Amino acid sequence: MLRFLLRRVTLIIPTFVGVTFLSFMLIHLVPGDPIEVRVGEHGIAPERLAQLRHEFGLDQPLWQQFLTYEVQLAHGDLGVSVVTRDTVWNEFTTLFPATVELAVCAIIFAMVVGLPLGVIAAVRRGSAFDYGLMGLSVTGASMPIFWWGLMVILVFSVSLGWTPVSGRISDIYFVEPWSGFMLVDCWFADEAGACASAWGHLILPMIVLGTIPLATIARMTRSSMLEVLNEDYIRTARAKGLSVPRVVVVHALRNALIPVVTVIGLSVSSLLGGAILTETIFSWPGVGHWLVESIQRRDYPVLQGGTLLVAVLVILVNLGVDVTYSFLNPRIRR
Amino acid sequence: MRGGITRRPERGAASDKIIQGVNLDMSNRVIIASCALVLAAVVGGVAGPAQAKTFVYCSEGSPENFNPMLNTTGTTFDANRPVYDRLVDFGYGTTEVVPALAEKWDASEDGLVFTFHLRHNVKWQSNKNFKPTRNFNADDVLFSFERQWKDSNPYHKVSGGGYDYFSDMDMPKLLKSIDKIDDYTVRFVLTQPNAPFVADLAMDFATIQSKEYADALTKMGKPELIDQEPIGTGPFEFVQYVKDATIRYRAFKDYWGTKPKIDTLVYSINKDPSVRLAKLRANECQMSFGPSPADLLSIRADKNLTLMSQPGLNIGYLAMNVQKKPFDDVRVRQAINMAIDKKAILDAVYQGSGLPAKNLIPPTMWSYNNNVQDYKFDPAAAKKLLAEAGYPDGFETDLWAMPVQRPYNPDARRIGELMQADLAKVGVKAKIVSFEWGEYRKRVQAGEHMMAQLGWTGDNGDPDNFFVPLAACSAKGSAPHWCNKEYDDLVVQAAKVPSQAERTKLYMQAQVVMHREAPFFLIAHSVVHLPMRSNVVGYKMSPFGTHRFDYVDLK
Repeated sequence: MLRFLLRRVTLIIPTFVGVTFLSFMLIHLVPGDPIEVRVGEHGIAPERLAQLRHEFGLDQPLWQQFLTYEVQLAHGDLGVSVVTRDTVWNEFTTLFPATVELAVCAIIFAMVVGLPLGVIAAVRRGSAFDYGLMGLSVTGASMPIFWWGLMVILVFSVSLGWTPVSGRISDIYFVEPWSGFMLVDCWFADEAGACASAWGHLILPMIVLGTIPLATIARMTRSSMLEVLNEDYIRTARAKGLSVPRVVVVHALRNALIPVVTVIGLSVSSLLGGAILTETIFSWPGVGHWLVESIQRRDYPVLQGGTLLVAVLVILVNLGVDVTYSFLNPRIRR
Repeated sequence: MRGGITRRPERGAASDKIIQGVNLDMSNRVIIASCALVLAAVVGGVAGPAQAKTFVYCSEGSPENFNPMLNTTGTTFDANRPVYDRLVDFGYGTTEVVPALAEKWDASEDGLVFTFHLRHNVKWQSNKNFKPTRNFNADDVLFSFERQWKDSNPYHKVSGGGYDYFSDMDMPKLLKSIDKIDDYTVRFVLTQPNAPFVADLAMDFATIQSKEYADALTKMGKPELIDQEPIGTGPFEFVQYVKDATIRYRAFKDYWGTKPKIDTLVYSINKDPSVRLAKLRANECQMSFGPSPADLLSIRADKNLTLMSQPGLNIGYLAMNVQKKPFDDVRVRQAINMAIDKKAILDAVYQGSGLPAKNLIPPTMWSYNNNVQDYKFDPAAAKKLLAEAGYPDGFETDLWAMPVQRPYNPDARRIGELMQADLAKVGVKAKIVSFEWGEYRKRVQAGEHMMAQLGWTGDNGDPDNFFVPLAACSAKGSAPHWCNKEYDDLVVQAAKVPSQAERTKLYMQAQVVMHREAPFFLIAHSVVHLPMRSNVVGYKMSPFGTHRFDYVDLK
């Protein structure tokens, strides 16, 4: 087990270097630099431009900028935003809880709805329910988030008026960002209705972000269950006279879950990708929204640092998945 | 920092009680969560403001920080305006300069010395780090200007220390000294006469910060907080900024001027215009920043909404580079002015959000010369003029179009195509060229273009702010690269004389010269729209396109 972990952890280092290199090169390929992007028609004095470029190291050759950045990273310094002059770490930690809150709720929603649907579809294989569900799940998995997000806003917020349009909580509530998780912080606001408002704001983004993982989980659960249900030991269990729910839940589902866990783990990275779009549509002040802004502002340190932190997360989650998987399926440890 | 205002929306309260009830009965968090979700969805315990005195403005972006001295963007200025004051201000909804922290001011005969008499009993706001012990006085004025001006000021380097606006307005060259005569009198001495000087001090960069707050933060070892947790003398106190989400203010009860009618002001940050509009329709905000042109019709049709509109303080134009043939010939430039159908551009691209431009400055600005007659759209006359200039078969040129949407030009590419089609009819073959935005400006400044679209948004309401940077000889890298002695003498002279009547005459003449010489094809002054709920009263649009909420109320 230890060797397995060690091997996985060692692989992380080259991945980090690769990620920093890619994010660095990609943003530098985009024309315009952070200072020129901020200058409007009023222009900027050449001396001031030179001074700012020097201050942010933009006057150095690209390879040198990259080396400086790597050294800086090795010292644990992610840099300072060109726009706000706040540290990248500070900005990230302020916004990250919002993204976590959204992503966790979305994945819980996907599991709570997706797993039972998948199981039912497998048990009733070939039924109308099965075909209907599989058709829907293909639609769900291929739904473009930006379109789906705007559609649910139009229907539920604008036409029906059931849910709020965007944000994390109604602007009338004053909530101190104690933990950064609105669902926690709202309990400390002595204003009635704050938590209901926070939940109300979460519901649409959660559904939108959870749609793709939900569809994937439902499909995966179904096919994995089908495989397991045909195994000999299931037949044996049935032959012993066990009840159907017991066979399905205790004997089949537990074994069917192995690939599903992998799918859930892998959807964390797609969740973070989806969060970028979802956060932008719902003005959800999280990391995804922040990264999009940083591209538009050519805020190199934020974009590079933010991408790196997100990459670290994805790697750690994948590692976590591998470890969990090895517990569920001891064969992989060898 | 808790506001003293109680806001208890009834619907929200009801749903909260139900949630607490569930909590007591079942200790299963998942069930609580699902119940809350369903409840929130069904009850919608999240509706708009329940109490009239919270005003939510759907703004378009996050401020860079809370000090306008360090910034140049309208978004940041808007976020700071509730908190801070300046020595002078622009009148509500006008470009007229009115007293603010200075009750009055005198200018010397030679226009070199300005003496400001400061207002007494102006209170500073407070926060958890700072409780003021004195009122606003001359020390604060000196601190605020010296911070931007002098290296020796301990705050000069704080928060990056870039005072671009202060430099852009030529303050370092213009200022000779700033002296405290007594606690309530400050004297500014200039190196040369400058008529727009007082108007410049009404701009956001000339914000007054508290010296006492700065000193207190220095003692705490956290000087940068001055630009993050602002203390000002303005109508609203800063309460909280949640990055990329909301900025919250409350009315400052000791404000020296007319007290705001609302208790709480919230900026709800939403980059997407369709989301802002959806929030406005749902009454989650009561006013929203610039809508998409496509939504204007439906906003007008919605009886819950009001749409305010006003020509912006801007100009969109096509500049002809007079340093390059054939645009060195005035006849060619005039011919271009006759060859392009301005009305078609306004109809097709601005879609009712543009006012045809015949002068560089918009008609809302003083000294606008309404006697200037715009060139008529007349391709035959244009062709004749071109033939006279020696181009009977026309010529080839490039026509640059910005890659981005600007306040004065919604779609440069589309405008370029319309111009291209019109020009082709008089034999001028124009090729549309574009670059990345930063690159575009740099190349226009360097004069690489023959014809280029560009524009300007004014910021101090003074005609000098248009006539000099866009077309004077001193404006290095202006888009037409035009330097006309007659025009230049007029605008340079106008900046020196203190009398506005005298200046008006000079600027009017300058507009006649510019019309005759035609270095630009002037396209339009775009109209700025501001949608709001119908119950919003007391709001006036600023000609500068800025937003302020000291007089706004909900009925």
